[in-house]
Formats: sequence, structure tokens, C-alpha cells
Amino acid sequence: MQLDFVARELTIKLVYYGPALSGKTSNLQALHRLTSDASRGRLMTLETRDDRTLFFDLLPLAFKAEGDLSLRIKLFTVPGQVIHSSTRRLVLQGADGVAFIADSQLSETENNRVAFLDLRQNLKDNGLDLKKLPLVIQFNKRDLQAIRPDEEIGDLARHGREPVYKAIATRGEGVLETFLGLLALTWTRLDAEHDFSNKFRVRSDTFVAALAKQLGVTGDPQRLIDAAVGVDPRSSVRKEQVP
Amino acid sequence: MSTPSPFDEPETIPNARSIAKREESALDALTLGHGLRLEDLVDREALSEVCKSFFMLFGIPVRIYAQDGQMLADAVQDQAICSYLQGLRDGRAACGATVAAVKGGDPGPTGDATHPCFTGAMYRIVGLDYDGRRLGRVILGPYLPLEVKEVPRSLLKIDSGVDPDKAKELLPKMPRARADTVTRIAKHLQAVLDLILFSGHRALLTSQMHLASVRESYRELQERNLKLTESYEKLKELDRLKSNFLATVSHELRTPLTSILGYSEMLSEGIAGSLNPEQLEFVGTIREKGEQLLALIKSLLDQSKLESGTLSLAMGDVALADVLRDVASTLLPAAKRKGVELSVKLPPYLPNIRGDAERLRQVFLNLAENALKFTETSGSVKLIATTETSTEPPEDDVGFVLFASRPTAILVRVEDTGIGIPPSERGKIFDAFYQVDGSSTREHGGTGLGLSIVKRIVEMHGGSVTVDANAAGRGTVFTVRFPLN
Repeated sequence: MQLDFVARELTIKLVYYGPALSGKTSNLQALHRLTSDASRGRLMTLETRDDRTLFFDLLPLAFKAEGDLSLRIKLFTVPGQVIHSSTRRLVLQGADGVAFIADSQLSETENNRVAFLDLRQNLKDNGLDLKKLPLVIQFNKRDLQAIRPDEEIGDLARHGREPVYKAIATRGEGVLETFLGLLALTWTRLDAEHDFSNKFRVRSDTFVAALAKQLGVTGDPQRLIDAAVGVDPRSSVRKEQVP
Repeated sequence: MSTPSPFDEPETIPNARSIAKREESALDALTLGHGLRLEDLVDREALSEVCKSFFMLFGIPVRIYAQDGQMLADAVQDQAICSYLQGLRDGRAACGATVAAVKGGDPGPTGDATHPCFTGAMYRIVGLDYDGRRLGRVILGPYLPLEVKEVPRSLLKIDSGVDPDKAKELLPKMPRARADTVTRIAKHLQAVLDLILFSGHRALLTSQMHLASVRESYRELQERNLKLTESYEKLKELDRLKSNFLATVSHELRTPLTSILGYSEMLSEGIAGSLNPEQLEFVGTIREKGEQLLALIKSLLDQSKLESGTLSLAMGDVALADVLRDVASTLLPAAKRKGVELSVKLPPYLPNIRGDAERLRQVFLNLAENALKFTETSGSVKLIATTETSTEPPEDDVGFVLFASRPTAILVRVEDTGIGIPPSERGKIFDAFYQVDGSSTREHGGTGLGLSIVKRIVEMHGGSVTVDANAAGRGTVFTVRFPLN
């Protein structure tokens, strides 16, 4: 996060992390397609010839919030292959929130696990604690065969501490949900820490919904966010505990 | 603090966090969009070409300024009316004031502004925004709007020396354009520049990221190297301790053993009174086992001396033929007892080599003893010496006959028809304490030190020792090669 108090400008960095070819870039591409160009910039992709991310992808978003606050969001992806560990660590620096894009295929279970441990280690090397970082998990590629079943994901998600979304990024399904869920979680966290809603006089409860509108999201943002299984991204409370 | 070069010494590597911090600031500036400068993202030459091409296409002068007011590129042409007014005193002053105002003109939050000139001409000032930030501005003009049909009064009044006829003649030479045309031109130029900025930004990010990744990988490697060096040093120290230990223990063991041997010898010689046959046999056994123990300790001592590099050779001219004959005669009784045929085969002439005769004797005694140990009754052990001659002719074939027969090395083969050594074990048998089959130690005796000592001594003589299967189909062949200088 970077704050320019004079210019009343806040920059948030969100990182899409996950194993190789799990659909991180696809998420950004879909987000780029699904949003109006009024508030998003060009999608910058640094790819190799075989569709693999070389360093990162970057999708910049810019909003005018109420009370004069201008919010800039930088969405990054990391290269998933194991050998690009140092690049991942660099991209992860200063991240305010992470969307972990997991591959739903049963055959990728181990790769998901390894990538997640890698995330934890790289955060640690950057002085960040995974337990304190806003995190959502997306199970992508729900349209493929031999994937982890919904019930299993739901079951595990209820025992976990972070919101879990299901997606088919290439078709754009679950992409806005994941993004808005992460944004809501990150905003709640940053607001609690820095009291932005008071400093910039913005309404915290409608903040994310207002941004979603600027992005050109037509559906009800709250319903999109609520698509999560497991934990409510607004409150970080397990759903089963909500009366 | 200066930027660390990747070639800094390991001990000056800053820790991970401080590197991370530095990288963070550099990358954050780029990726989060702070501190981006127009002049860093574009190539000025290319920018000039874009300006020129726009000027050629539309005839309207183009200037591009960075956010700090520095001009980066332009394509302009002196206007006839401007040159004329420059020749007049008040005209020049008014002209200068207009140009200064235009240069400092701010396109405002909308990114689009116009600035009029007293000549009736117009300047269009548009902002160059990238990723929501203003990086510079473009100034189009002067151009004459279509609506201006006559020489405006503001031009005629600007200087008392203005000739209305001249003004009327020169003003229409200025490029004319409609306001909405200029708007379209400006939009197009902005779009082109935006693309250039995007590409420039991407290239800049790529190279910065590449650099940062390489630096990060280098730092990781350095850390690992440091750890490896540390463990290597630790291992070396352990190895040294082991050698010292071996040397000390061997020495300490040898001293009392010498007394044991001495006294048992005296006992058997009857110095302390005559012994009955049974006592004599027991004392004989004590002596025999004591000798074995001494031999064992000697090899341990040799091993540790070899490892610590303190074994010194008494160098001299050695006739290997004599050494081999001596070894054979030493082992002949044992071979006869076992029913193994032991033979030595020597060429008519064997050159001397430089070496330590006693150590070389030890080498071949060791090899031949081993061969004998693992060969069963009616088998054979052969010591065969040959010379290797140069097959490399001199460069121009002159004196070929002299070179062709020159011996370059002596090979000694120790062949047996024993149990043999499996190919997978042949690489390891020269390691200290290694036994092909741990259980064979009990059957055949030995410490597993012999071959490692053989190898070390041969290497100290500049030679090499290799092991192969016996071509006869059974057994092993050790080949010791000493190159001749």
C-alpha cells in the first residue's frame, strides 16, 4: 500500500499467486474483459511464447471514491513455475492481499500444496505473515474432468479461515467474485489498520460496492462477494458461526 | 551507501531484508506508477520522428514537453508572419511573451486547453497522461482557425511599425485548421504516444524485473555458497582430526606392542628358562598374532601419513624388475602352501623409474598378496611388466624411427584367477576401509586399507592404478602405470 496524503491517493497492490498454469493470467484477462475501460488501464502481460508468464502481468485499476479519495489498484500475477521463485518473491513485495488461484484438477493437488507453501515462505522472506494477510482462494477450472468435488471443497473451506471461490476463469465465471472478495477483505483490513474511512470520509460499508459500480459490474456486488464458500469476506468470520 | 556490485565478496553480502527493501523501492516506483518520467519511457529520437511525421501529415507544428518543462522533441517551421514580427521591437516582445505563456501553459485537469496569439493564431495544449498520471504535454500550433478571415486588430496594434499590407500577405501563409480537426489530431497524437509509453513502460519493467530477479538469484546463490563453504571447512577440519587421531592412536598402540613382541620372543628363545612344547606353541601364537597386529597398525599409520601428506618418499632410481622379483620370492612359500602358481614375466629391458624402492615394494607386495588371498588352489597369480611406447609421430615425420620406439610408461599387471570384483564395486575399492563384501573380511582377513594405500603411493609417484576383470574370464587384473619422463 502506498498513500499520498496530499494528493489523497491510495495505491493498493493485490497479487494473484498459484501453481504454474492454474489460470492467474486468465483471471486478469477475464477481469479486463468484464470491466469497462473507464476505470481500468491496459493489461500488461510479460509472457513467453508458450503462454507462460515470464515476470508478471499487471492490470491497473483506478477509481474515484467519495470524499475525494482516489484509489488505484494494481493487480499482479506471478510466474508459477518453480524455478521463478526469486521473481515471485520480488512481485510479492508490498502486497496488500493475495488471491491464491488453485487448479481444481485432482492431479494438481500436490502442485497446489507446493505453491501454497512457496507463498508462505516467500511472504516470510518479505517479512509478511500469511496469517495476517488478506487471502482468498479460488478453485479454478471447474469445467474440467477429474476435479475435486464441490462437497469436498465446501467441507474443507468451512474448516479453513479464508473465503474460497470456484471459477472457470477462461469463461469469466467466478473472476469478479474472487476479485471483489479479495478487495473487500483487503479494504476491511487496511481500513481497520489506518482508519481510511475517517481520514478520507468514505463510507466503508458501501465502499467496495461503489468501486464495483465504477468498474461497470452490473450484478449486485454483495451477492458476488457472498459467492464464497467458507468465510464471509466482509467479516472474516466463518459462515457457520454467523447466526 | 553505494549500490552493491554483484561481485562483492561474500562476507559483505547485505542481508535479505535490506536487499529486499532496496529492490522494493525500485520496483514499487515502476510497478505502482510513482516516479515514472516521460523521458525514461520514450526514445527521444523516435519521439522526434513521430513529431516530424505528424507535422508532415497535418502541417501544424508539434512540440512535446516533459512534466518539468523540458522539451523532448519538436517539429516546427518558422512562420512567415512570425519572422516578420520578430523584426519589429514591440512585435518581438509580444511574440516572446506569447511563446513563454504557451510553453508554461497547463492543459488543466481536462488535459486540453487553447492559448490564443495576438496574430489570431491558436495554440492547442494537451496533456500526456499515462496510467492516470500527467507525464508531460503536447503543444500544437500555431495554426490559424478557419474563422479568421481578416488580419485581426490585435496584430495591427501590436507594433506601430506593422505594415497592414505585409501582414495581410503573410498571415494566410500560416497553416489553417478547424478547431475540431485539431482536436482529432491531438487525440490521435495522444493515442500514438500512449501506445509508445505503454511499450516503453513494459520494456522498462521487463528489464528492471530481469535485473532484480538476477540479483535476487545471485543473492540466494551467495547464501548457499556461504553455507557450502562453511560445511566444507567443517568437513575438512573433521578429516584433519580423524587423521591426527589415527596417527596418534597408531603410535600409542605400537609402543606397548613392541614390548609384547620383544618379551614373547625372549620367552620363546628360552631366556627366562626353557619352555615345554605346549608353552612354546602358545608363545608362538602370541608372537604371530602380535606381528599381524603390528602390520595392521603400520598400515594405519601409513594411511594417516598419506592423508595428512606427511609421508615422505626416499627417491632414487628404482629397477622395477628387481622389485617384482623380490615380491615374488617373498610370496613364493605362501603360494606353494596354497597350491597357487606364482610367476613373474619381465621384458628384456625395463627402464628405471624415479621412486621410493621400499614403498614400491609395498605396493606390489600388497597387490600380489591380495591376489593370492582371493585365488583358490590350482589358480594362478602373474606379475607382468611391459613398456608403453610412443605412438605419436613427431610433427613432420623427421626422425620418426627414433620417436616411435621411445618408451613412455611402464605398466605392471597383477593378474589373478580369483573370485573377481563386480564392476559396480571397482570404483570404491580404493577407498580407505572399503571391503567389497564385509563378510569376506572374516574369511580372508585384512583391514580394507591396502588398496587405498597402494593408490596413494602410486599417485605420489605420478602413476595411476586401475582395476579390470581378467580377460581369462575369471579373476581380476590390477594395472599400475608409471609414466616415464
